[in-house]
Amino acid sequence: MKSHSNSGRAFGVYVHVPFCRSRCDYCAFATYTDRDHLMARYVDACKLEIRRALLDGQMERASSVFFGGGTPSRLPAEQLVEILGEIPRHADAEVTVECNPEDVNLRRLEIYRTAGVNRISLGVQSTMHHVLRSLGRNHRPGDVDRAVGAATEAGFTTFNCDLIFGSVGESDKDWIRSLRDLLELSVAPPHLSAYALTVEPGTPLAGDPRRHPDDDVQARRYELADRVLTDAGYGWEEVSNWSLPGHGCRHNQLYWQQGDYRGIGSAAHSHEQGTRWWNIRNPDRYVRAVERGSSTVAGQEVLSPAQREFERLALSLRTPTGVPAGSLPDLPELAPLVSRTGGRAVLTVRGRLLANAVTRHLRVEVGAAGSLRE
Amino acid sequence: MSPGTSAGAQQPNSDCDRIRNFSIISHVDHGKSTLSDRILELTGAVDPRMMREQYLDSMDIERERGITIKAQNVRVTFRDHVLHLIDTPGHVDFGYEVSRSLAACEGAVLLVDASQGIQAQTLANCYQAIEHDLEIIAVLNKIDLPAADPERCAHEIEQVLGLPAQGILHISAKTGQGVEELLDAIIERVPAPTGDPTMPLRALIFDSSYDQYRGVVSSVRVVDGTLRSTARLRFMQAGSVHDVEEIGVRTPDGVAVSALGPGEVGYLIAGIKDVGEARSGETVTDAAAPAADALAGYRDPKPMVFCGIYPVDGDELPDLRDALEKLKLNDASFTFEPESSKALGFGFRCGFLGLLHMEIVRERLEREFDLSLIATAPSVAYRAHLSDGSTVDVDNPTDLPDPSQIDHIDEPMLTATILTPSEYTGTVMELAQAKRGEMSKMEYLSPERLELVYRIPLAEVVVDFFDQLKSRTKGYASLDYEPAGYATASLVRVDVLINHVAVDAFSTIVHRSVADSYGRRMTDKLRQLIPRQLFDVPIQAAIGGRVVARETVKAKRKDVLAKCYGGDITRKRKLLERQKEGKKRMKNIGRVEVPQEAFISALRLDE
Ligand SMILES: Nc1nc2c(ncn2[C@@H]2O[C@H](COP(=O)(O)OP(=O)(O)O)[C@@H](O)[C@H]2O)c(=O)[nH]1
Ligand code: SF4
Repeated sequence: MKSHSNSGRAFGVYVHVPFCRSRCDYCAFATYTDRDHLMARYVDACKLEIRRALLDGQMERASSVFFGGGTPSRLPAEQLVEILGEIPRHADAEVTVECNPEDVNLRRLEIYRTAGVNRISLGVQSTMHHVLRSLGRNHRPGDVDRAVGAATEAGFTTFNCDLIFGSVGESDKDWIRSLRDLLELSVAPPHLSAYALTVEPGTPLAGDPRRHPDDDVQARRYELADRVLTDAGYGWEEVSNWSLPGHGCRHNQLYWQQGDYRGIGSAAHSHEQGTRWWNIRNPDRYVRAVERGSSTVAGQEVLSPAQREFERLALSLRTPTGVPAGSLPDLPELAPLVSRTGGRAVLTVRGRLLANAVTRHLRVEVGAAGSLRE
Repeated sequence: MSPGTSAGAQQPNSDCDRIRNFSIISHVDHGKSTLSDRILELTGAVDPRMMREQYLDSMDIERERGITIKAQNVRVTFRDHVLHLIDTPGHVDFGYEVSRSLAACEGAVLLVDASQGIQAQTLANCYQAIEHDLEIIAVLNKIDLPAADPERCAHEIEQVLGLPAQGILHISAKTGQGVEELLDAIIERVPAPTGDPTMPLRALIFDSSYDQYRGVVSSVRVVDGTLRSTARLRFMQAGSVHDVEEIGVRTPDGVAVSALGPGEVGYLIAGIKDVGEARSGETVTDAAAPAADALAGYRDPKPMVFCGIYPVDGDELPDLRDALEKLKLNDASFTFEPESSKALGFGFRCGFLGLLHMEIVRERLEREFDLSLIATAPSVAYRAHLSDGSTVDVDNPTDLPDPSQIDHIDEPMLTATILTPSEYTGTVMELAQAKRGEMSKMEYLSPERLELVYRIPLAEVVVDFFDQLKSRTKGYASLDYEPAGYATASLVRVDVLINHVAVDAFSTIVHRSVADSYGRRMTDKLRQLIPRQLFDVPIQAAIGGRVVARETVKAKRKDVLAKCYGGDITRKRKLLERQKEGKKRMKNIGRVEVPQEAFISALRLDE
C-alpha cells in the first residue's frame, strides 16, 4: 500500500458524472439522458470504487480533483459532495466541478464550497442565443451572468468558462461578441477554454455534413480568440486554454505533463507511470460491476518507453513548455509553426493550429536500450 | 444412344460421311446455352441439369457477363451421325479465336433472338464463317415470345447476309420447338468433313486451356491422317515435339480414345505446361511422318490495349507476379513485363487483345488470386515518327520522346460496325463523331435498323465508347470492330504535375482537341484528393512546357484536436501514431506527401 504523505507529488482524481438533461448533438461523451434513476446507486458506486482504490493503493492524496461529465451539476449537490468526501486530498487541493449555467444557484454553490470545491467550470459555449440553439444547448445567455454572480457571492475566486466556436450559425462577429461578453461579465472569467467545434463520429452532427465546420474558418476564429484574449491580459496555457496569471488549471496541467491520475466512475480513465486503463463505459454495467465487487476496468494499455516519450513530447508540445528544440527537425515548412528560443521549440499561434502536423515530425529518443529514432 | 456407346469408338471413325462439325454463332442472351442444353438433352448425351455445371461456361466472369471466352466442344450422336458442337468465344476481343474455332467446322448455326434481331458481333462472326466457306443455317430463336418478330428478322438476315428467308428455321430453344428439325437440317445441309486418312497427320488446335493436374488440354480437329494415342507429335509453329499422353472426346465428359480420324474433334493432352506452346491455330503432325505444310491461318495475336497493373499494397508484388505467371499459362494472348511508377510503386505493364480482355484478366487476378489491384488508364500502341526518320512504338505514354524530337504520331485505327435501331441514329452518329470516327458506310437493314461503319481511333473506343453507345441506345445498339491500320493524328502527351513534379501514372496521350479538358479534369480531381500540406501545392496539367490547367491545394490551416484531457490522451496518441505510420506509406512527390489511395481514387474516378 502506497503512502499518502507524498505531499510533493501531484496526483489527480477525476470523477465522471454520466448524466445530462439532453444530448447536445455534437457530443460524443459517455453521458446519458435517461439514466437519472441511477444517480443514487451511481454515487454509492463511485464512493465504493474510491474506497477500494484506496485499499488497493491505487490512489494517493489528491492535489487536484475534477468532476466532469456529462453534467456534474445535474447530480444533487449533496450527492456530489458525498463523493468528494471520500477522496483524501491535500489542504490546498484544487477541486473543480463542471456546471451547466442553468443549474447554478447560490444554494448549490454554497454546498459545494462548504465541502471543499473551490473552482467551477461553466459550460457557456456561446453568449449568442442563435448560436446556442444551433449547438442544441438549452440555457439562455442571461444564465451565465447569474451563475457568475452566484459564484462570486458563494466565495469562488476562480472559475472557468467553456466556449465553442465554428458552428454554422456563428459569424466572426458573433464569436468576438461571445468572447467580449465574457470579458465584460461582472467578474471576467479568470480561465477560459475555447474549443473548435469538432465533428465526432456517430453524433447527429456527424450525419449532417452541411453543418460541419470549415477548418479555415475555425483557424481564423482561433486566431481572433487568441488576439482578443492576449489583449485582455490572458496568457496562453494550452491549445484551447487561456488564463489570467495564477489561474491555470492544475488538474489539466497534470494531464499535459503526463502526470498520474485516478479516474472514478463509468468511462473514467486512469494513468499511472505509463500504464493507462479505463472503466466500463456504460453506467448500468459500471454500477453492477462495483456492486458485485468485480473489476470496473474495461481496458488498459501499457506504453512502451518510446510511446511514453512520444506521448510526453506530444502533450508538452500543446503547451507553452514546448519540446527540446532538438526534437523537431529544421524544415522550412516548420519554420512558421514553431519558435525556437532558449533551447526549446514552442508552437506559434499558426503552429498551435497545426499541432498534429508538427507532432508527426517529433523525433523520439529513448535512452536505456540504446537510442531509438523515429 | 448413350454417351458410353457413342464414345465406344475406339477406332478412328473413318466414316466421314456420318460426321457433322458445326458451331453456334449468336449474341449474348440470344439463347445459345439454352439451345445447347436442348441439343444435349435431345441426343441423350447428359442430364441437362448436371450439364449446366459440367459443360457450360465455367468461369465466374464469363457466366456473369454471359459470354464464352474459352471455346468448349462436345460430341453427341443423332440419327446415327456424330455431331460435334464447337463453341465459339462470344466477344470481339477474341476474333482470332473465333476464326480458329470456325476453321474446325463445316457449318455454323446462326442463332438470332427473334425479338431482337441480328447484332453487330454476330454479323461479324457470320461474315467470318462465310469466309471460311461454312454452311450457314440461320435460326430464329424465341419464337414463343409475343415480342418475337420473325418476319422482320428474317428480312434483315436476307438483306445483310443474302440468306434466303425461306431457309430460315424458327425455333424455341426454351420449349424445344423446332430443335429436332434443326438437328435434321444440320445433318442434311452441313457438309461432311473431307480428309484423307492415309495422308500424314495434320490436326488443328483451336483452343487450349491449362489444367493444374494435367497441364495443357487442347481442343483439336483432325484434318488429315490419324491422331493416335501413341504418337509423338510435332507442333509445327511452336517447333516443339511432345508425346501424346491422352486423346479423347468430350461427351461432354472426357472419354479417352486410341485414335481420332479425319473430321473428328476431340481433346489432346501432351505434357505441355504452357498454353503458349499450344496456341489456337497451331498445327500438330506426326513427328515420325510429318506433313509438309502447316494448316493455313495461324496468327500470333498482338496485344492492342495496354495498362499498368499495380498491387494496392506493395507487399503483394510477388503475389501479383505469381498470379500473372499462372494466368499466362492459360492465356497466351496477354503479355506483361515489370515496370515502376513514382506514384504507384512497382507493378507490371500488361498488354491485352482488347478492353474486355483487360477487364477479364484484372477481375480474374482480383478474384481468383485475391489481389487488390490498381490499373492505370488504358493506352494503345502509338507509333511516333521522329525527326531523324526513325520510328518508335509507344504503349506507355511516359516513353514518348520529347515533343521536339517528334515529327508526327500515328495511332492504331479500327473499323467499327454498329448496328442500331434507326431511332438512335442521331445520337450514335454524334457519339462516333465526338470520338473522331469517320463514317464509311450507312445502310438500312430494315426500316427499323441501321448498319453504320466507321473508321475510328482505337484509343477512343478503348475509353468508354461501348458504355456510352449502350447507354445512348438503351442497350439496343451493338458494336463490332477490327483493326484497320494506323493513321496520323494530332496527338499530344498531357503530363500532370504536383508541385512542379510530373506524376507518371497520369501522363496520357490524347488528341490535342481534348487535351485541355483532360488536364482540367485531372487537376480538379487531384485537387480534391490530395490532402492539404503545410504549404500551397500547385497541380498543373502541361503539354511539354505549356501549362493547360492549374489548380491549387491550399495550405492546411488547422489539424489540431481541440480537447486533450485524461480520456482523450490514448485516443489522441493512437491517432498521431497512426498518422506517423501513415507518413511512411505516403508517396513523396517532391516535397508533397500523397497517400497512395489518392492516386488510386484519381485513377478509379477516371474510369
Ligand atoms: N422465351 C424464350 N426464352 C429463351 C429462349 N431461349 C433462351 N431463352 C432465354 O433467354 C435467356 C438467355 O439464354 P441463354 O441460353 O443463356 O443465352 P446465351 O447467352 O446465348 O447462352 C435465358 O433467360 C433463356 O431462358 C426461347 O426460345 N424462348
Ligand atoms: S451537456 Fe456536455 S456532456 Fe452533456 S450532452 Fe451536452 S456536451 Fe455532452
